[in-house]
Amino acid sequence: MSVNRKFIPILVTFGLFVVMFAAGSFRYTGFFSLQVLMNLLVDNAFLLITAVGMSFVILSGGIDLSVGSIIALTTMVSASLVQQQGWPPAVVIPLVLVMGSVFGYGMGAIIHYFKIQPFIVTLAGMFLARGLCYVISIDTITIDNAFYTSVAQTKIHLPGGSFVSISVIIALVVIAAAIYIAHYTRFGRNVYALGGSEQSALLMGLPVAKTKILVYTLSGFCSALAGVVFTFYMLSGYGLHAVGLELDTIAAVVIGGTLLTGGVGYVIGTFFGVMIQGIIQTIISFEGTLSSWWTKIVIGLLLFFFILLQRLLIARRSTLKL
Amino acid sequence: MNRMMKHYLFWPLCVLGALLLFNLLYSPDFFSIVLRDGHLYGSLIDILNFGAPLVLVAIGMTLVIATKGIDLSVGSIVAISGAIACLSISKGSDQSSLGLVMTAILSSLALSLVLGLWNGFLVAGAGIQPIIATLILMVAGRGIAQLVTSGQIITVDSSTYEYIGAGSLATLPFSIFIVTAMLIVALLLTRKTALGLFIESVGSNPTASRLTGIRSNMVIISVYIFCGLCAGIAGLLLSSNVSSADGNNAGLWYELDAILAVVIGGTSLNGGRFYLMGTVIGALIIQTLTTTIYMIGVPPEITLVVKSVVVLAVCLIQSETFRSTIMTRWKTRNYPGEKEVVRHVR
Repeated sequence: MSVNRKFIPILVTFGLFVVMFAAGSFRYTGFFSLQVLMNLLVDNAFLLITAVGMSFVILSGGIDLSVGSIIALTTMVSASLVQQQGWPPAVVIPLVLVMGSVFGYGMGAIIHYFKIQPFIVTLAGMFLARGLCYVISIDTITIDNAFYTSVAQTKIHLPGGSFVSISVIIALVVIAAAIYIAHYTRFGRNVYALGGSEQSALLMGLPVAKTKILVYTLSGFCSALAGVVFTFYMLSGYGLHAVGLELDTIAAVVIGGTLLTGGVGYVIGTFFGVMIQGIIQTIISFEGTLSSWWTKIVIGLLLFFFILLQRLLIARRSTLKL
Repeated sequence: MNRMMKHYLFWPLCVLGALLLFNLLYSPDFFSIVLRDGHLYGSLIDILNFGAPLVLVAIGMTLVIATKGIDLSVGSIVAISGAIACLSISKGSDQSSLGLVMTAILSSLALSLVLGLWNGFLVAGAGIQPIIATLILMVAGRGIAQLVTSGQIITVDSSTYEYIGAGSLATLPFSIFIVTAMLIVALLLTRKTALGLFIESVGSNPTASRLTGIRSNMVIISVYIFCGLCAGIAGLLLSSNVSSADGNNAGLWYELDAILAVVIGGTSLNGGRFYLMGTVIGALIIQTLTTTIYMIGVPPEITLVVKSVVVLAVCLIQSETFRSTIMTRWKTRNYPGEKEVVRHVR
């Protein structure tokens, strides 16, 4: 049986996930249950949504450092509008989604029209969004709005006695939509083409400007949606929420087999990338004696391993390249 | 006038000058420097002293960016270096003994060199994109620093070690001398030997440089080692200034500030050109900005908003001049296709 080479990274990711879950199941009692799997989704729903947006950005050959800050800003704006101004959630949630999208759109436009590196522009966006949180309030704002608490506490029971939260449903819908967009629409193909080579995409007459700006808009939207989910999860708004999340997100995308140079990768790989990060944290919490910083060290090692793997695959494919 | 405006230091100096002018108008005693107990005190001295680690990291970062690379791991190296030094000092019986402090300093500097070598090896040896290669150490390094300090803050009581970051020589803070020395070394190495030219050449085109006989990989590796060393020294300065090492927060976001300083200083992230003096000015701008914000009594958290505005403004200024003067020519040379497409579309 021969496997198409382009599927190798994603198969390795999936295999690693299975191996880690199996190892955990053998080592710890109570690990092998549907609920542990479901909890991976429950605890990482916001990361999944962010990582989907990030996948598109990285596939297009860019990077978005502002995702964590946009999440924090979303929680902050939601909390202050709902809690302090008494706005109904039905108005606030669409509003913050639009806000995130506009933020992303702005960054995309600056990146494209002024030809400044995405790294710097989104870095500025990161500072700006994080700073705006503190302009709203320096302290935590707790939410006790009936709608938010009921969404946070709703458990959707699955056969087998396990349950998921509403956030998981949102995340899964986002993943499904992203897979459809990436592989079955014109926009998705444009993103891959743009990531492969911007100049070629331009020469082929693809709408480079539109695609590029839309990619960052999409990432901004996903971050804002993740922020809404994060608000359900934390029931508060705080300027220090989701600090460093951009790195977790990038790591998840890379572990999921997406090439950081753009143009190669799958959204479903990102899903397993997030799951692997979740499972590392679960194993460390089951182990009990290991401290939280081992998560970072293991994720660093995994990053190293996956990048090296990708490197080897590319080296084999393009021997002609100098 | 026009030639002056095109000089690479013009815009950074303008921004720094504007900041200082604002401070002068806002509080006239900003520039006052007093001599007390043989030390100079004043806001300007503070800016130089607290800005010293950032200047150091940014100098290393400049050379890395000149080779079209980027080093995200400097913040983690800062944390690790401080943690190792404080750990080895805190284990000694006589914490102030010169031998112990020297061993601690040398071991953490050696480790920083090794970490730099690791980055360089990943970039040049394994051919991984710099941003990703250093991302590994950025994520894992923070964990290692926490591992070294066991997640706690290690405090040391060593007057010898404290001298590095908080002592003063000839009425000036000692850290300023370290930074100046490193800056002079970097300037001499890059501008008085061919090394600077090699770095720029590798930054514009590594393959072409290799074909002309430059050992691109060696240049890239040594640049990352130098950057690691700079970050290591910065870590020593930071931790000795407060006589403690904090694995969680030391050097957090340093990579971003350093990259910012480099970009403000006029070095393009596309590699191929670098301006060490511009970087120094850039780092001083960031430090002055922070000091100014503290001084006018705005909550320090809002620094971020101002910083983001400054980043965007500086980038746009640079992009504007870039476009109007060089871009038009540069574009036709490098993207003949783009014009073609535009013509056909219209």
